Amino acid sequence: MRNITLFGLISALLLSVSTVFGAGGDLGQVQKQGVNLSAILMFLVFVGGTLGITYWAAKRTKTAKDFYTAGGGITGFQNGLAIAGDFMSAASFLGFSAMVYNKGYDGLIFSISGLVGWPIVMFLMAEQLRNLGKYTFADVVTYRLEPTPIRSMAACGSLVTVLLYLIAQMVGAGQLIQLLFGLEYYIAVILVGVLMILYVTFGGMLATTWVQITKAVLLLSGATFMAFMVMYKYGFSFEALFTQATTVHKDKLAILAPGGLVSDPISTISMGLGWMFGTAGLPHILMRFFTVSDAKEARKSVLYATGFIGYFYLLIFVIGFGAIVMVSTNPEYLADAAKGTLKGGGNMPAVHLAHAVGGDIFLGFISAVAFATILAVVSGLTLAGATSVSHDLYANVFRRGRANEADEMKVSKYATFALGILAIILGIQFEKQNVGFMVFLAFNVAASANFPVLLLSVYWSKLTTRGAFLGGFVGLISAVVLMIIGPTIWEETLGFPKGSAPIQYKYPTIFSMTLGFIAIWFFSITDKSARAQVDKDAFEAQNIRCQTGIGAEGAVSH
Amino acid sequence: MQPDMVSKVKQHPKYRELLAKRTAFSWILTFVMCAIYYGFILLVAFRKDVLKTPIADNSVITIGIPLGVLVILSAFILTGIYTWRANGTFDDLTREIKKDVQ
Repeated sequence: MRNITLFGLISALLLSVSTVFGAGGDLGQVQKQGVNLSAILMFLVFVGGTLGITYWAAKRTKTAKDFYTAGGGITGFQNGLAIAGDFMSAASFLGFSAMVYNKGYDGLIFSISGLVGWPIVMFLMAEQLRNLGKYTFADVVTYRLEPTPIRSMAACGSLVTVLLYLIAQMVGAGQLIQLLFGLEYYIAVILVGVLMILYVTFGGMLATTWVQITKAVLLLSGATFMAFMVMYKYGFSFEALFTQATTVHKDKLAILAPGGLVSDPISTISMGLGWMFGTAGLPHILMRFFTVSDAKEARKSVLYATGFIGYFYLLIFVIGFGAIVMVSTNPEYLADAAKGTLKGGGNMPAVHLAHAVGGDIFLGFISAVAFATILAVVSGLTLAGATSVSHDLYANVFRRGRANEADEMKVSKYATFALGILAIILGIQFEKQNVGFMVFLAFNVAASANFPVLLLSVYWSKLTTRGAFLGGFVGLISAVVLMIIGPTIWEETLGFPKGSAPIQYKYPTIFSMTLGFIAIWFFSITDKSARAQVDKDAFEAQNIRCQTGIGAEGAVSH
Repeated sequence: MQPDMVSKVKQHPKYRELLAKRTAFSWILTFVMCAIYYGFILLVAFRKDVLKTPIADNSVITIGIPLGVLVILSAFILTGIYTWRANGTFDDLTREIKKDVQ
């Protein structure tokens, strides 16, 4: 476990499979498994069920509002589950539990960092988004600013974020499926791509949301069962579980306290900022706030989502420790008993634990749920990307808001198809690459480009079109450039010698986000144009709608 | 939104009240969440010894574990507190404003 870098760890958690193997396999190499029959059967049941949902949703998806936001009729509870589902990816289920299995307490630190962004979204964003927006977060930003430039900028930020995240998920998906089901990598990627195109094109947001809800319920139930069985074995005593774990784990008592994971304060705070505020800038998550009827339901969504995600992370902690005591000690699951490496690679603790507590059938269930998780997450991403193309770029920039709804719908379906094909091609292209950095890059762009513009457009009356446009691009470009000239991409991906990277911070969010904010501020206060006055004068009316919901989309009629 | 509606809402005393209360409350809670999270992260970075202390003499469980769980719970509790206040005070004020201006 030597030399496992901070970066390796954060990506392990988001995109465990691809990163870890791409990084040279500190946690073991990917090994294709034999064909797992019960897993495939359960997976077929899931695919059949979700295609049924898609068919049902397709009949109810007629207008653009249906397609983008499921008609605005999702309840707070349902939306909370869907948001939690977006966050509980296969990588976080397998990657987090693998981190707890390997490092113990350090896995908990990452869970916490993944959760604390949610309260911030609640306090500053959720209701405001719902009151001001329609389909995308660009609607909110262009509420009072000049639509054409600002929408183009917001669409750039959205598409960059979505594409980076999508490629990372596709590569992770291909490798995970190869691992769990014994399918060829390219077949797995094509399968995921085709299914997601079907869900999104035909069923829009309604199908995407219900697929996500179905999976969230399955994953939460499966994880609850596993944690319950682990605790049952230890008479529901954490003392007994932890005592046994510290006895069998090679790091002994050290697994119950923080290890070397977090040491450099700048990197740590920067990473925390990326997590916290990146969450508040991810287009596929922000879009979910437009699927509920009003601000009250938006608020409920975050409350439920935070509860489910927090509960899930606590389960993962128990599952990781369960795997230490029940998987690492059982030769059946070990590839090499002397080294303690697992069959199937380093991300398999939760999968083996599923077998240990529930036999072949439950193993099949958990494998199928892991696949379902990937499908649900990539569908949400694709929908967000397609909406950005059709609603922001086509309808409002290219056609200057004069596109008719039928054309806009058509474009969104072509865009879904194109994004799906692009994701398949890039997924196959990037198979052997270390794409883990793309996940943090996506969060970094979201935190540095999308979040500052969104936050200031809602709260700062002196924001102007010029400030938002230039500042948004400063955030976007600095987020990408600082990652490229940082050690992860410069040294590990581009292969320059160690120590030669122009900046030595792996997590540049603290710099790029600050630059984004400063640029927006500077270019706004120095803006003396006539447009700037229009932007500032419109704040009062915007703030009234934002605070009270008067005039909000689908909320009140007057 | 119509200009006369804007001026009507703007001059409504309850609107001023809503604006002041919600803004203050949101930023206070944001600050509390950041303080809890970064407080925890700074403990992890600089005072590992504190987190390593067992919770009792005969226990293997360290203080870090309940503390970490508390950070997770605090995130949920803070969102709960916000929801509770928003469902009550803020929604009541909003309803009154809407009733008067529409």
